[in-house]
Amino acid sequence: MAGLAQHGVSRRSFLKFCTTLASAMALPPAAGLAMAEAMAAARRPSVIWLPFQECTGCTESITRSHSPTIESLIFNVISLDYQETLMAAAGHQAEEALQHAIKENFGKYILIVDGSVPLGQGGAYSTIGGRSNLETLKEVAKGAAAIVAMGSCAAYGGIPKANPNPTGAVSVSDVIKDKPIVNVPGCPPIPVVMTGVLAHYLTFGTLPELDKLGRPKAFYGETIHDRCYRRAFYDQGKFAKTFDDEGARNGWCLFELGCKGPVTYNACATTKWNGGTSWPVESGHGCLGCSEPDFWDAGSFYKALSMPADPLKTVAGAAAVGAAVGVAVSFANRAKKSAAKAAHETTTLPDLEK
Amino acid sequence: MSASLEKGVRVLKEVIDAPIASYFSSCVHCGLCAEACLFYTETGDPKYTPIHKLEPMRRLYEQEYTVLGRLKKLIGLSKAVTDAELAEWQELVYNSCTLCGRCSVVCPVGNDIVYMVRKFREGMSASGNAPDGIKGAANRTITIGSPMGVKLPAVKAQMRHVEEDYGLPIPMDVEGAEYLVMLSSMEIMNFPEYLGAIAKIMHQAGKTWTLCSTAFEATNAGMQIGNSDLARVIVSRIVDAAEKLKVKTVISPECGHAYTALRWEGANLMGRSFGFKVRHIIEVLGEFQEQGLLKTEGFETDRLTFHDPCQLARRGGVIKQQRNLMNMVSKNFVEMPDAGFMNWCCGGGGGASAIEEGEELRLEAFKKKKSQLDTVKPDRLVTACANCRIVMEEGLEHYQMNLPVVGLTEMIADHIPNPVVAKPEGN
Amino acid sequence: MGELQFLTWVRGTGLNLAISIFLLGVLVRIIEIYSLGRKKDLAEPRSVAGASGMNTVFRRSIPADGMLKTSPITYIGGYVFHIGLGVVVFLFAPHIKFFQDLLGFSWPGLPSQAVDFAAVLTIVALLLILIDRISKPVKRYLSTFQDWFTWTLTFLPVLTGWMAVQHLLLPYTTMLALHILTVELLLVFLPFTKLFHAFTVFGSRWYNGTVNGHKGVAV
Repeated sequence: MAGLAQHGVSRRSFLKFCTTLASAMALPPAAGLAMAEAMAAARRPSVIWLPFQECTGCTESITRSHSPTIESLIFNVISLDYQETLMAAAGHQAEEALQHAIKENFGKYILIVDGSVPLGQGGAYSTIGGRSNLETLKEVAKGAAAIVAMGSCAAYGGIPKANPNPTGAVSVSDVIKDKPIVNVPGCPPIPVVMTGVLAHYLTFGTLPELDKLGRPKAFYGETIHDRCYRRAFYDQGKFAKTFDDEGARNGWCLFELGCKGPVTYNACATTKWNGGTSWPVESGHGCLGCSEPDFWDAGSFYKALSMPADPLKTVAGAAAVGAAVGVAVSFANRAKKSAAKAAHETTTLPDLEK
Repeated sequence: MSASLEKGVRVLKEVIDAPIASYFSSCVHCGLCAEACLFYTETGDPKYTPIHKLEPMRRLYEQEYTVLGRLKKLIGLSKAVTDAELAEWQELVYNSCTLCGRCSVVCPVGNDIVYMVRKFREGMSASGNAPDGIKGAANRTITIGSPMGVKLPAVKAQMRHVEEDYGLPIPMDVEGAEYLVMLSSMEIMNFPEYLGAIAKIMHQAGKTWTLCSTAFEATNAGMQIGNSDLARVIVSRIVDAAEKLKVKTVISPECGHAYTALRWEGANLMGRSFGFKVRHIIEVLGEFQEQGLLKTEGFETDRLTFHDPCQLARRGGVIKQQRNLMNMVSKNFVEMPDAGFMNWCCGGGGGASAIEEGEELRLEAFKKKKSQLDTVKPDRLVTACANCRIVMEEGLEHYQMNLPVVGLTEMIADHIPNPVVAKPEGN
Repeated sequence: MGELQFLTWVRGTGLNLAISIFLLGVLVRIIEIYSLGRKKDLAEPRSVAGASGMNTVFRRSIPADGMLKTSPITYIGGYVFHIGLGVVVFLFAPHIKFFQDLLGFSWPGLPSQAVDFAAVLTIVALLLILIDRISKPVKRYLSTFQDWFTWTLTFLPVLTGWMAVQHLLLPYTTMLALHILTVELLLVFLPFTKLFHAFTVFGSRWYNGTVNGHKGVAV
């Protein structure tokens, strides 16, 4: 707590932060206090952050915090021993820092990964210090207590994995099978979601409850649609049809403009972005579905869920084939009928008997 | 003795057309046709469901004329139509169907089921599966000249009786007459008053008319069996006669299927349109009434109701005329429920009355007619089809209902004053 | 395959396949049925106003005299289900978007609560006519595997679609994918079953009306 005071954070504001975080994770009220005590007292655990085939957006996101002073406390509560964007060291010194952290904390450090792992060309599509991400991941994962796959790329392969996946990108859980992994998807994930997951681990020593895609249920348990403030308009059938029509200006539902809210699990509708300022739907654009696997291949961002995801390629051809077959059959049918007519044997009275 | 399954199948392939293909493809198994068919409603046996009567033809259509059906046949997944099956279907296609057409007017997807039954009978007859009763009638019609075996001498004898009773000449083979009058065996044998009625009416209207010695029979058992070749033989006699005598109009008598056979099927059987018109006697009377050529005196006073023959009303389009005629000679004419277009069949048309084995079923189906009559409680029942008359008389007797049945033409003629005709000199 | 991937497949490849088979099937069937042709009717026609093929196409939607009382469930259940299905398919905004993508034009829809109501009525009507088919002797007698199968093919899209919007049973993504999948199954089998009456009802009623109209009988 002395350290906190040094950074100008009062005990009260620290407690407030912890209770807010606990409530956002739907933990009981006592958990807030437990979190505060754990975080204030804990020996700072080692955290290693490996960046693979990524855009650095996840790092950008985690540093955009509600209140920088508090967020930076998280970095004081943990020992962020390796983070290529934020660390001062570079080159060989950075490599040494990584090796030292692994050796000193083997079996106990948290490994955070952002970016996908390319498998193509033996992993050559993404290297750090001449070593492929695949090799690095396998080595560093050995001593990790848990792995946080930060962002959709690390969690599911993300944008690099989108059709045709030229680098052979895969997710962390496609490579590592023997360690507990938390997926924190989003492109990027929401800042407080990232810090909330870490805080949970630091407080309880366990990973939060995960859904079947490995995401913390506290933040990914419900769809955007179910928490959307425009839901009443969806239920009534009031949809904006263009980005600037009356419906759009009245804040109506963006389903028709391609919103993927109904199929996307994330916390955007509740925690929002930019310190709670707004989020995509509130600013008038449909949800892209960025926390879902293969969201980039799920059809245009501007095509409603009820519209075809791809152009209907074989329909015209099928119609042509249908017409051709129909015409061919009609010739066969008429020929059969004419043949029957030609072979007609006039029935006379005796012909009525078998 | 050359009827065979192969022949039957070939004939069915010939007659299946776009309408039949459309109908089979549209049926959704709603069962409403059964609710319109008296053979189902009075027995409760679902096998009498009209569309079910066509099941072998439906399978044949599928196997012969659809891509999927042909493919299924190729890989051995389809059930072929067999002679035994057609024999089993005889009861459904003949005994329990009078071609009354009620099913065709209720089907929600528009299926003309009676059209299909008529076509199915082509295959049934060519494969040797037509009932004996109608085969006998067809035989007699073609070889003797009438289904009841009535020959020209018998006709001439009736002509003489009528001439004596009514004092009017009954012309025969008169070239250039306006009307050629056809008769049905039933009338010649059982209701000769019909001929006298015609004579009176024509005399009053001042119209020329004639019978024909080579074509006096209108009933078409070929059509009832459902065989176009045989039906054509019978129709062509009439067409030849009409053209030989150069008449303007051929009058079909008080018979149901005779009218259908000549008026609606005739030209199609012959493959050409006629140079003369074909009218039902009730249509002619209706025209006379409209033109003021029919002058009646007096009224029936008892409570009368009218049975619309299926082939005249629903299937023939003659519905208003009989009502106008009834009102002309009756002060107490009441309609039975469902009268007119939706009237229920007597149960004996389409050749059914000729099928002995079908009698029990016919009598059970007659309960529907009985219920109509029980509702209206008439003193007498009037109709315009001799077959309906016989069938209903049988049914009424079976249910011990004391209800006389009369023909409309006769009733009209009864109200035309008897003519005074000067006897030729020297007699 | 994850939830979203399944949904993307049914919205993409699945839809393409289903619509292709549907169009192919419809064209083959329409041509194979109507190319059989019909002989010209040589009998002297009788012209009566209101007696024609076109008239019957519309008039046949009205029950014939006395039939409604005989079979109320067939008619009422049938009407509610058909009209309800039409409302749900063609007047629900997300569906209109689908058609807009296919056809290039759209039309106004109904408020979603109204469509929801129509969907419930449709589901109830479908269940009623299923019970009727099981309990009425004629319907039971006529029914083959195809009747139960096509009922299921028709029922599932309405049920799964309604359940998706109501967030019942399975997560929305999966429910929506199932809904689209069941629609695709319906499309694939439609041309080859009695469901094809959706197309042939017009031709059948027209033929019936024409043949009888030739005789001056308005059916």
